[in-house]
Amino acid sequence: MSTEATTTPTTTTTTHGRIGDSALRPDGTLKVTGEFAYASDLWHDEMVWGVTLRSPHPHARIRRIDITDALTVPGVTAVLTADDVPGENAFGLEHADQPVLASEFVRYEGEPVALVAADHPETARRAAKRIQVDYEVLPAVTDARRAMDPDAPAVHRPGNLVRHLKLRRGEQSPAAPVVVSLDFEVGMQDQAFLGPESGLAVPAEDGGVDLYVATQWLHVDQRQICLALGMPPEKVRLVLAGVGGAFGGREDLSVHVHACLLALRTGKPVKMSYGREESFYGHVHRHPAYLTYEFGAERDGRLVYGRTSVVLDGGAYASSTAAVVGNAGTLGLGPYRFPSVSVDVYGVFTNNPPCGAMRGFGCVQAAFAHEALMDELADAVGIDRVAIRQLNGMREGDLNITGQVIDSAAPVGELLQIVADLPLPPPSDPSDIRALPGAVGNTTHGEGVVRGVGYAVTYKNVGFSEGFDDYATARVRLEMTGGEAVATVHTASAEVGQGLITVEQQICRTELGVERVVVHPKDTSVGSGGSTSASRQTYMTGGAVKAACEAVRTAVLDRAAGVLGRPAGELRLDGEKIAGASGEVLTGLAEVLGDDAVEETVEWRHRPTHAIDPETGQGDAHVQFAFSAHRAVVDVDVELGLVKVVALDTAQDVGKAINPDAVVGQIHGGSAQGMGLALMEEIVVTDGHVRNPSFTDYLIPTILDMPPMQVKVLEYADPHAPYGVRGVGEPPTISSGPAVAAAVRAATGRALRRVPIRPEHITGT
Amino acid sequence: MDFLQPTSWSEALDLRAERPDALPIAGGTDVMVELNFDRRRPGALLDLGRVPELSEWEADDGVVRLGAGVPYARVIDQLGAQLPGLAMAARTVGSPQIRMRGTVGGNLGSASPAGDAHPPLLAAGAVVEVASAARGSRDIPAADFYTGVKRNALEPDELIAAVRVPAATGPQQFSKIGTRNAMVIAVSAFACALHPDRRAVGTGIGSAAPTPRRAADAEAFLAGELQSAGLWESRAELPETLARAFGERVAAAASPIDDVRGSAAYRRHSLSVMARRAVTWAWSDLREAA
Amino acid sequence: MRVTTTVNGTEHEVDDVWEGESLLYVLRERMGLPGAKNACEQGECGSCTVYLDGEPVCACLVAAGQANGREVTTVEGLAHGGELHPVQEAFVECGAVQCGFCTPGLVVAAHDLLARVPRPSDLEIREALAGNLCRCTGYEKILDAVRLAADRQAAR
Repeated sequence: MSTEATTTPTTTTTTHGRIGDSALRPDGTLKVTGEFAYASDLWHDEMVWGVTLRSPHPHARIRRIDITDALTVPGVTAVLTADDVPGENAFGLEHADQPVLASEFVRYEGEPVALVAADHPETARRAAKRIQVDYEVLPAVTDARRAMDPDAPAVHRPGNLVRHLKLRRGEQSPAAPVVVSLDFEVGMQDQAFLGPESGLAVPAEDGGVDLYVATQWLHVDQRQICLALGMPPEKVRLVLAGVGGAFGGREDLSVHVHACLLALRTGKPVKMSYGREESFYGHVHRHPAYLTYEFGAERDGRLVYGRTSVVLDGGAYASSTAAVVGNAGTLGLGPYRFPSVSVDVYGVFTNNPPCGAMRGFGCVQAAFAHEALMDELADAVGIDRVAIRQLNGMREGDLNITGQVIDSAAPVGELLQIVADLPLPPPSDPSDIRALPGAVGNTTHGEGVVRGVGYAVTYKNVGFSEGFDDYATARVRLEMTGGEAVATVHTASAEVGQGLITVEQQICRTELGVERVVVHPKDTSVGSGGSTSASRQTYMTGGAVKAACEAVRTAVLDRAAGVLGRPAGELRLDGEKIAGASGEVLTGLAEVLGDDAVEETVEWRHRPTHAIDPETGQGDAHVQFAFSAHRAVVDVDVELGLVKVVALDTAQDVGKAINPDAVVGQIHGGSAQGMGLALMEEIVVTDGHVRNPSFTDYLIPTILDMPPMQVKVLEYADPHAPYGVRGVGEPPTISSGPAVAAAVRAATGRALRRVPIRPEHITGT
Repeated sequence: MDFLQPTSWSEALDLRAERPDALPIAGGTDVMVELNFDRRRPGALLDLGRVPELSEWEADDGVVRLGAGVPYARVIDQLGAQLPGLAMAARTVGSPQIRMRGTVGGNLGSASPAGDAHPPLLAAGAVVEVASAARGSRDIPAADFYTGVKRNALEPDELIAAVRVPAATGPQQFSKIGTRNAMVIAVSAFACALHPDRRAVGTGIGSAAPTPRRAADAEAFLAGELQSAGLWESRAELPETLARAFGERVAAAASPIDDVRGSAAYRRHSLSVMARRAVTWAWSDLREAA
Repeated sequence: MRVTTTVNGTEHEVDDVWEGESLLYVLRERMGLPGAKNACEQGECGSCTVYLDGEPVCACLVAAGQANGREVTTVEGLAHGGELHPVQEAFVECGAVQCGFCTPGLVVAAHDLLARVPRPSDLEIREALAGNLCRCTGYEKILDAVRLAADRQAAR
């Protein structure tokens, strides 16, 4: 075994593939052979293990912490509490409101209180149990709808409101001949990435620390770690370790500061790796939502107004709640034309687990409500459920509810038509129980099984909104190595499994004409790539890599122009050749570069977005919109309330598929997560306590739960985006769940105003 | 923690007697979760995986003696004809990987009300064979084996040797509700066995009471109704009303709770449906066999 | 305690193993074989699937001492001489790998399925792989990969 830290290998490949090709992922072979180094695989000589002691209470005052006993355990090298945090004892994505280690108060069950490092995880666990914390249990606010009551316990000063988004547009006392309304509730979903939170912090000779960690955004982590450690960024270097999925759950810090604190205290490399139970406490979840929606329409079904009031349970700390509120408000009525709108979305603090980013980010919750209500409206005016959406669906050039022009394709009607026209699955074969609701549970041989079909359509913003300075940095280097042109692309943008590294290679090949592209390990020695979230990396880091390649090409041609004595504008770079205007080869890249490398670094931004008006919610808040539609077909055992999804078909506009197979893979996986929320996934929290922090009782879909999926991809280029790309990752998670819920409603005739839909909701028992 | 690894049954019983603080481990599918999740730190692990006597099954005189260490995968592959209810239940246990390791003995040892093996064992009238170094072996009918939530009738010095299950003389069924279509703990489960030879009906309920239990009243009711209507002889169709009444009696035998997996009301309701359907299937199998 | 296990044909002897450790921990942290993954440590995800004496099991649920003297094959032992096994090859080619954390377990489970059932139906594939959770792919391309591997093995 190596005496060095095992870190993520440099990913490289000679596999071909340019823009539009389904190039294979360069890390695929390492992943199928077990050689790919995930964060939890890291290992270092002299390494010790860190564990976290967490609060058992949703709300308590810490009177005293006694670590004496824990320090006596043989093998223990450090026990740390809030007093040992050298910098500010605070972190947070948008507001630094969360202590690194709780000092005066704990505000949710599972909040970190103390750390232990020891030579074996079991030693550290035993020692952690010997830390005595004297808690004074305080009243907790655990119902988000009550969080703003005057008598509710305050989670933070001055109160429990994180953000109220108020949006008013058009006639504010609208009347409509047809009015439909509903209340809807969405449970707390978990990202349930399979690779648990893990990292390895290695103390460095300069007094700083090197952290190898699984994350979505190295630089925002670095900023927060520096604050807590009281160190400048050059002393806190981050390297992306292999990431086992993310889905929003790694946007906030987990082991990061803790591992660094322990490493700096012990002088030894420290590994921290959560088990599954701890993982449920160790990251933010999707906000539970309480939604009240009302639509008014003409008798022909044309929408007149939309009115909503939404409460999002942000849990104990702010995380990205304000931005989730932003999405749930500005996008919360779905991809429809509304002449007038009144929207209020409240994000609140409670003593529940903190909630923040998860794939779909505020749109998922809203979509369950607006899609259920569109079905109601269709029924109320007596038209087809697809037709009602097509009638009201956005088109390019329309204004959305914040008054922003939809200035590229908005194919709502077409997407719906595509899924409606796809062939329906045949009836299930009742002779094989695996094809029926309940599967090998052998609960039906066809009895009680009713088929239902449901539709949903959605749109989602791509990239960061509301005036955020959203950018990505890319460094591209071109050189001759062993007689071959090699491009090296270096970004800090996190590959979490979605395939960004493949895209980076494809862009370099396309722009520079090289075959061999090395992807440099992701780290903080290059500028920020921004977050791997908001469906933004192909757009943003893709844009940055494209721009960096263009800069490299320009530099190479400038050099060639000098060598050849011809204007650079007449020259083209084509792989290893420099060609003239009519394609004649003038010289080789080798001749131009010699032993030199050309390297360019570019910081790239999307077009600016703007804050919305605080009173009206009006403004150009978003960069880009991505649309998708789903049709779900379900078999429901209506007597037992068990569901088998038999088809989950979808159409999505992706602008331009840089890697068509990877696009489809994103759509498959995103659809599965939406279906999971509709039918089974919920962190059950009672009085602030998580009741199912395990994969035994937090259920995600298995391969027997997922149906075959037909996926149709449209490519209407967005003229504002590099290559015309449109973000892909999130829309499928937003429209699949509401389609499944609609299908179950269609099969059962029940209203089903809460997800996940449980068997007892269907049976009424 | 010590790791005790007997290689014979007598050695295992001696160790069990010497080390009351030892936690027996077979397939590890329950015990290792408790260790990994830091819920238990026994003084020792008593690994029964190398006791050859436990890993065998044999059929003799209409009774299958299933060693406590036989994994579910073998029950499915080898005992589908003789113990169809248990084999059906085994197919729903966890995942293929779990079924490769998990054992009926382990299920009995854990005595979780949600254990999948319990309902078919109850329905079939199984007997648990336990033993100690001091007192030798004794038999405990499955119906008396479960004494409370995750508690059983084992004395501290005893181990489970085997379970003796009468080979099926008629159709058996097993149904299990989960909120996912695979790899799920039972929200509720039901097993039934028709014993046409003795004109009796067996039942077992899972996940709907502090312990797995029979629905004795439902058994007697159905057997009696079949008898009085002459259906055992005629093998005529099972009246829907009778199946329904049976289901209601099964549900009435449960005393479920609300928990994170399901509501008490749903558990009761689902039992009535499962019992009605399962007995209908079993009866129809019986008719087809005739 | 000391644990001696033959892993991928090589005998590994490790000392000072805590009796509560799992085979998974021993493989990953003591034998330098982190291929089997630590996703749930409760047998609910299949990411740590390895062969124990030829049978696919969750390494997280095997006590270290139970593996003493046994033969283990991990995902690291499936490729030979730098050549991927057809199942591995198919996973790469079909896009069945995204984050890849479930992949080692799925590769072993699929390898086992095809050894037992050379041409499985879709429902057989689904039942056989129902113990392996994947959060990224929605399983479609995993099914593709198993079908492709079956075709390739049949053609050999």
